[in-house]
Amino acid sequence: MEKEYICIACPIGCHLKLHVGADKSLEVSGNKCKRGEVYAITEFSEPTRVVTATCRLGLENLERLPVKTTKPILKDHINPLLKEIYSLKLEAPIRRGQTIIKNFMNTGVDVVATRSAG
Amino acid sequence: MKEYIFDCVVIGGGAAGMAAALEVEKSGFDTAIVEREEHLGGILLQCIHNGFGLHEFKEELTGPEYAERFAERVQASSVKVFLESTVMELSESGEAAGMHELHCYSSVYGVFLLKARSVILSMGCRERNRGNIGIPGSRPSGIMTAGLAQRLVNIDGYIPGEQIVIIGSGDIGLIMARRMTWAGCKVHAVIEIQPYPSGITRNIVQCLEDFDIPLYLSHVVSEIRGKDRIESIRVTPLKNGIQDEENSFEIKCDTLLLSVGLVPENELSRKAGIELSPQINGPLVDSFLMTNKKGIFACGNVLHVHDLVDYVSRESRSAGSNVVKYLNSTLTGVQNKVKAGANVRYVVPQKFNFQGDNQFYMRSMIVKNGAKVEVRAGNIIIKTVNHNHVQPSEMISISIKKEELEKISGIPDQQLEISII
Repeated sequence: MEKEYICIACPIGCHLKLHVGADKSLEVSGNKCKRGEVYAITEFSEPTRVVTATCRLGLENLERLPVKTTKPILKDHINPLLKEIYSLKLEAPIRRGQTIIKNFMNTGVDVVATRSAG
Repeated sequence: MKEYIFDCVVIGGGAAGMAAALEVEKSGFDTAIVEREEHLGGILLQCIHNGFGLHEFKEELTGPEYAERFAERVQASSVKVFLESTVMELSESGEAAGMHELHCYSSVYGVFLLKARSVILSMGCRERNRGNIGIPGSRPSGIMTAGLAQRLVNIDGYIPGEQIVIIGSGDIGLIMARRMTWAGCKVHAVIEIQPYPSGITRNIVQCLEDFDIPLYLSHVVSEIRGKDRIESIRVTPLKNGIQDEENSFEIKCDTLLLSVGLVPENELSRKAGIELSPQINGPLVDSFLMTNKKGIFACGNVLHVHDLVDYVSRESRSAGSNVVKYLNSTLTGVQNKVKAGANVRYVVPQKFNFQGDNQFYMRSMIVKNGAKVEVRAGNIIIKTVNHNHVQPSEMISISIKKEELEKISGIPDQQLEISII
């Protein structure tokens, strides 16, 4: 099996090819540096993203409060996480960095406020 | 009418205004910021995604976090902040030479007058709109700029529509493609007139490819259809720059977001008689970031559109430190011209001096791997810097030390020319 990626480690954006062998060995080509290899393998085996979204706050001048995950989370966890974030209704006052969701699905990742309010 | 006197008044309390004001206040000058919104922070407050602050704080922050760190410093300082206040007019004082007057309207303070020995312009920029790019078709609702949609979703809590098409592959448009998807909407396509994306690769990958959103390069929206609300758009490919009607297709949508560039916001500057660059729409400035009006400086996106807020903060601190020298009457030096050479769209500032280090910001007109930025004065090469990769959407900055200019300092009327080769 072969997969294609565009490396985002730097602005050059190498077009990477990842070959998955019958023995599940991984081989990367098209990369100009070591970072490209790491990028393709991570994107294939466990792609993760930092998620930023907003929670309901309901203040007169701030209806939504921005939040983020403290670390990148697996792409498969993003939709359930968004569902939980959108179900919350926060109460002011809130300080920047305050934990909103603790240890989401036992991943060790928290969701924290990225803005203070009230 | 209430009057206040300051050494320096900063117009706009975003990333540029806050960094500049703090720099002036640090030297003990009475400084004020006039901000039209209810909070300091400017556009950063609606940019809830991460990727800010890698240079400035050596960590990856979201826009609101970056803004709040600066706002906290402002609040801890003696800078006087006028929130919910708009500067309507900037003019020279009739009473005393070297004084500027700012006429302000505010829902909090009423009408008031600020007098200042120096002014920093940091009003940021505006988005180009439908009128700027002239898309034919009817004029239904559901068409807005990507930045407006960003504010509606991220701060005010409204979803502008559910079936979305985005025109322009600038970073704000790409970021909004992901944001709308994560907000439960369907983004059908991003349409880009150029043969290459205008946003950075990371955003193409993480905002479009992650969600299988098609990016149509070398395509234009040739018609908008719908009576009250937008119902669909017609998309036409470009073949050698000409619309290929036969291969047009239709996409149904209820919302069209425009991410087609930014223009420095200089209504106020223009009325005050400040000379603007026809190319970048920002004020023409000397090597101290001072405009043609003595004592009026400019920094941030009002000067030229930046892609990294970290560069805005750095440039604005430099404007602030020049204001300090101006107020101390130590800002002197002959100003020589800097020209944009081969493959360079513009260089800011447009002047340099021999008295200290010079920092230039520029944009490439070409996409190239293994490029060189070359600074020369006539036949003399002052400096060459290698760049792995250059492209129009990534600003290039170059600093030239005082010593590097020594070899041409004796020669009168020296001009610098910066090229990408």
